[in-house]
Amino acid sequence: MSWLLVLPLLIPLTTGILCLVVASRPAQRVLGLVGALGLLAAAITLLVQVNQRGIQAVQVGNWPAPFGITFVADHLSALMVLITGVVAMVVALYALAEGDQPREQLGYYALCHFLLFGVNGAFLTGDLFNLYVWFEVLLLSSFVLMILGGSKAQLMGGVKYFAVSLLSSILFLVAVGLLYGATGALNMADLATRVGSVAPGLLSALAMLFLGAFGLKAAVFPFFFWLPASYPAPPVMISALFAGLLTKVGVYALIRVFTLLFTQDTAFTHTVLLWVAGLTLLLGVLLALAQGELKRLLSFQLVSHIGYMLMGLGILSPLALAGSVFYALNHMIVIAALFLLAGLLQRLQGTTVLVRMGGLYQSHPWLAVLFLLPAFSLAGLPPFSGFWAKFTLVAAGLQAGQYAIVTVALLVGLLTLLSMGLVFAEAFWKNPPKPFSPSATPPGLVLPVALLALLTLGIGLWAEPLLGLSQAAAQELLEPSRYIEAVLGVSR
Amino acid sequence: MEIWMAFLVGGLTAVGVYLMLRPHLIQFLIGFLVLGNAANLLIFTAGRLGSSFPPLVQPSGTVLEPIANPLPQALILTAIVIGFALAAFGIVLFFRAQAVLHTLNAEAMPETLEAAPAPSPVDEVREERT
Repeated sequence: MSWLLVLPLLIPLTTGILCLVVASRPAQRVLGLVGALGLLAAAITLLVQVNQRGIQAVQVGNWPAPFGITFVADHLSALMVLITGVVAMVVALYALAEGDQPREQLGYYALCHFLLFGVNGAFLTGDLFNLYVWFEVLLLSSFVLMILGGSKAQLMGGVKYFAVSLLSSILFLVAVGLLYGATGALNMADLATRVGSVAPGLLSALAMLFLGAFGLKAAVFPFFFWLPASYPAPPVMISALFAGLLTKVGVYALIRVFTLLFTQDTAFTHTVLLWVAGLTLLLGVLLALAQGELKRLLSFQLVSHIGYMLMGLGILSPLALAGSVFYALNHMIVIAALFLLAGLLQRLQGTTVLVRMGGLYQSHPWLAVLFLLPAFSLAGLPPFSGFWAKFTLVAAGLQAGQYAIVTVALLVGLLTLLSMGLVFAEAFWKNPPKPFSPSATPPGLVLPVALLALLTLGIGLWAEPLLGLSQAAAQELLEPSRYIEAVLGVSR
Repeated sequence: MEIWMAFLVGGLTAVGVYLMLRPHLIQFLIGFLVLGNAANLLIFTAGRLGSSFPPLVQPSGTVLEPIANPLPQALILTAIVIGFALAAFGIVLFFRAQAVLHTLNAEAMPETLEAAPAPSPVDEVREERT
């Protein structure tokens, strides 16, 4: 069923084009939601297929494997596409309720689906140069989304985001070019069979180039400065999508190349990854604690928690990789929920500057509960999905004897709780600095947040299925021969 | 031949990086274009250089030796097109930035529009007093 593999690409592409063609705003709104629902359905079918029949690969245009463009879906890709579908659907619901007419008329829905097109393409491609092209597809859509509406803050953030993305693109291009020069291959499965013949020093240097290129996208230490400068600028119906999806594409690419290609000298490459993970975790959360504005604070939290995903990748044991995958999935849900919630609070109080907020616990107690669910999940308290994610990683770290990174991980969990508690105290508990008339929250805006919050609670209470899928993903990542066999047809 | 290409790529990279580090956004954009060209030449060189070999394979499947590698050229073509699109978008973006922010100096763009004070006990005491 090869068409199933390209459905997560075709559905957003068709929806995006239709949204461009259909000029009427109500029709675009319907299309936006229908496209997101279709994507979710396709993603679920794909995951079921992968789970039953193993890794799926399709050669586009019937060119045989190392020469044509390959799309591959293993458990990791299928899971990422699935959560992309969930986030897309929820954000579409939020955007419908938000009803930001100027931005909708400027093509918000079309751009969103082109972004999803690029994100899914990056998750599913099995060719390194093709991955570069997908990165550009999602980057160009995200540039336009970032400055859609053209407010002052958006332009300032957009310039920085644009500049950093250009740099990461060129780094990626150079890395791909040099890897091609060293191996003569671009297909990732083909590359995996050939990297063994490359001089170890050269391969490690290439690995660091890729770490720079993808690290810029994933916003890890020392490349994270651009994210808090740009993500808080656009409205949350855009920034929640970015926060949920874009950095995870970078993380996905890192996981892919550092399990499939760069496993020759793990003592060097994966130790670097662990250092990067630890510093990202610590600096991110400390900077988050110093922020006085909710969306910037969440941006630093987003940066900090990317470190957890790298931590599992750095340890490189089955349990650790499962933890990384699980963490990425859990984090996409939780951080999107928190960003959407920040938008909701901004609507209620007119600001996201914490000292000017307050009194929401009195006026909207349910909203406070709704905040605490993803906030506790982010901090890693049971019974939420964040707890299992951290638990798996910490257990894997202890098994591998990596006590330093485990200490950092636990400390950062505590500091995250402190940071979230600070937000709760400021926005919900504190008396409002100036009295405000509590307005009713539009149920359409609460629904998407509630969906995500219940999802993180649901995964936390019933973690077995997703954890099992993550472990299957980790198994496949640690046995590249299965990936290679699925793509090239023969095991070499 | 390759050694000269290496020097050319190195020189272009140096120019590109220098320009991208300048605060003026137009200089940044020109730096990006130069660096992009350096990257393209790098791929071209990495794909092995030959002066005038045809990239042809006979119908029987035998390769006409010596043969040029057509793949780097396809890659570079893609990269040039993408770089062109990015540069075009960048020009429009900087044009809008000039119109709205009245500056093209990256250093004149603060991280946030309003400096948000971090919540601290001191702030709260001050607020309770007022």
